[in-house]
Amino acid sequence: MMDSGNMQRIGWVVLIGALLAAPFAISSGRWMDFIEITLFAALLGQGWNILGGYGGQYSFGHALFFGTAAYLQALLQYKLGWSPWLTLWIAIGGSVAVGAFVGFLSFRYGLRGSYFALVTLAFAEAFHVLSRSLVTVTEGGRGVQLPLNQDPEQALATFQFTFAGPFLSEAGYYYTILAFLLIGFAVTGWLNHSRFGAQLQAVREDEDAASALGIDPFRVKMGAICLSAAVTSLAGIYYVQKFLFVDPGIAYGPGKSVEALFAAIIGGVGTVLGPLLGSAFIHLVGEFAKETIGAMLGDRPGVDLILFGIILVLILAYMPRGLVGLLEVLWRKFMAKRGGGNA
Amino acid sequence: MDFLGLNLPSYSLETVFGSAISGVFLGAIYALVALGLTLIYGVLHIINFAHGTLLMLSMYAVFFLWSLFGIDPYLAMLIVVPGGYLFGYVLQRSVIGRTNHGRDEIILLATLGVSIVLENVALFAFSANERNVQVPYDFDGIDLGVVYVVWPQIAALVGSLVITAALWGFMRFTDTGKAIRAVAKERHGARLMGINVEHIFAVSFGIGTACVAAAASLLAPTYAVFPQVGYLFVLIAFTVVVLGGMGSFVGALVGGLIIGVTEQIGRLYLGESLGLITISAIFILILLLRPTGLFGQKS
Repeated sequence: MMDSGNMQRIGWVVLIGALLAAPFAISSGRWMDFIEITLFAALLGQGWNILGGYGGQYSFGHALFFGTAAYLQALLQYKLGWSPWLTLWIAIGGSVAVGAFVGFLSFRYGLRGSYFALVTLAFAEAFHVLSRSLVTVTEGGRGVQLPLNQDPEQALATFQFTFAGPFLSEAGYYYTILAFLLIGFAVTGWLNHSRFGAQLQAVREDEDAASALGIDPFRVKMGAICLSAAVTSLAGIYYVQKFLFVDPGIAYGPGKSVEALFAAIIGGVGTVLGPLLGSAFIHLVGEFAKETIGAMLGDRPGVDLILFGIILVLILAYMPRGLVGLLEVLWRKFMAKRGGGNA
Repeated sequence: MDFLGLNLPSYSLETVFGSAISGVFLGAIYALVALGLTLIYGVLHIINFAHGTLLMLSMYAVFFLWSLFGIDPYLAMLIVVPGGYLFGYVLQRSVIGRTNHGRDEIILLATLGVSIVLENVALFAFSANERNVQVPYDFDGIDLGVVYVVWPQIAALVGSLVITAALWGFMRFTDTGKAIRAVAKERHGARLMGINVEHIFAVSFGIGTACVAAAASLLAPTYAVFPQVGYLFVLIAFTVVVLGGMGSFVGALVGGLIIGVTEQIGRLYLGESLGLITISAIFILILLLRPTGLFGQKS
């Protein structure tokens, strides 16, 4: 009989293999779009999960990192004409800098729990107001619209796959978001097995006990918020390259912060797979709602978010470990029934 | 006037004073919204993210009472305040109270979930359009010399002060008020004395919601209602409560007035859009430097 470590490794190979093969196996454009959106929300959730799940610091303003990267990625191309392959490093760096700034202030002054959540919310709102008001820098409420590249030769150079020839125009963006998500998986996998990850989880469980053991909670939390910002910034870069547009509401409004929270908490905080599972679940529910309720009452906005909110509250009330926690319980019951007992 | 390299417009003292006065009227409403939030925090130790959404729902209630039945928004208070109380009571007992697993961020998240549900129910049912209550006395008022004040603004100021005083009296002199204060101070001790703590939690949540319902009546003649209006107000209410000190009534009143005045003067100098940065800035600074606020007690 296989041990659970091997089972897990095989599970990962199958999952990643399936995701890599998806564009070849699935011909329906609608399903590919669905998977792409799911991976995007999973990436947002994974970014949140590094700080919130592994570090126990619940941020309500993760749009800060998404939005800063999106604006840098868009503005440096739009105003200075720089290559997207150069701007993406600046976008990541800028998000990490914002993360370090917010983290330094919050952790230096010892904000925990709800107070940390509120201060991140306030910073996101401050950036929201600034991005709307500093019109000479950000183009204000009009937003930044990048020119669409229609030359297939330039597809890779412009990081735009809409007119990129037969295969890339179908799957270019899909592989972009998949690559970014795999980076997110790699980071959280590393947190599961590294010294830093163990220190971070020790700080989450009991900050005072951790510092009694010689861990510096401030340093560890700073590391976590910077990593978290870096992974979340990838979502911002993808968004701008895919939609060629960003405005204050998209970048810094509450929407992206909430999306990140949903995926991670519904899926299961502090687990590698949680955000992807959560994102897949809520998007399936959303599609289902559109097909059924939307068809009955007419396609009006709001239905999917009503359901997501209800699911969030139910998860918080009855399954604090999320869908991953539920699967673990079911798996253990299944193994016990088989008489294996080595779960 | 030059400030930090920004070229700020210069205004006469009268204009600034006028802005400050209209800030006082605005701040009174903020204080009333924050009053419910600070009560709920003081008793349940919950930061209620759904507070703004409850305000939004109450504003819709006031709007529809006016548009469907022609009920004056101030008279509507007789209906929406008891309605708000019941809604808050049931919400706490049936939803929010069930998510308490000991960590305060979890409850904050649960109230966020509730607010997302309610906001999108409103979006689904009423669409994103702005709606206005129109009253015949909309633009009547008195000239204070530096600024013209309309009757709805005066009603908001007076109403807020009266309601704050009434709530203070209720907490001070009634048995329920005493029980609420007992639970706020020492919930385990209160339980041992035979107080039904879950009931008191729900009562406090109900009163907090009744406060926003009253605020909705007072706001209706001057503010448009749309599904996201709650988000604007909840950020302001958080700022007021944190500034005044979590759980403090006096703090909510003083904090509301300070935020109202600051916002108006910020708008005057920085413009309609950038002026709002003053609120976020105060929020961040208070959280970082003095999270107990002006009147809060050290926990």
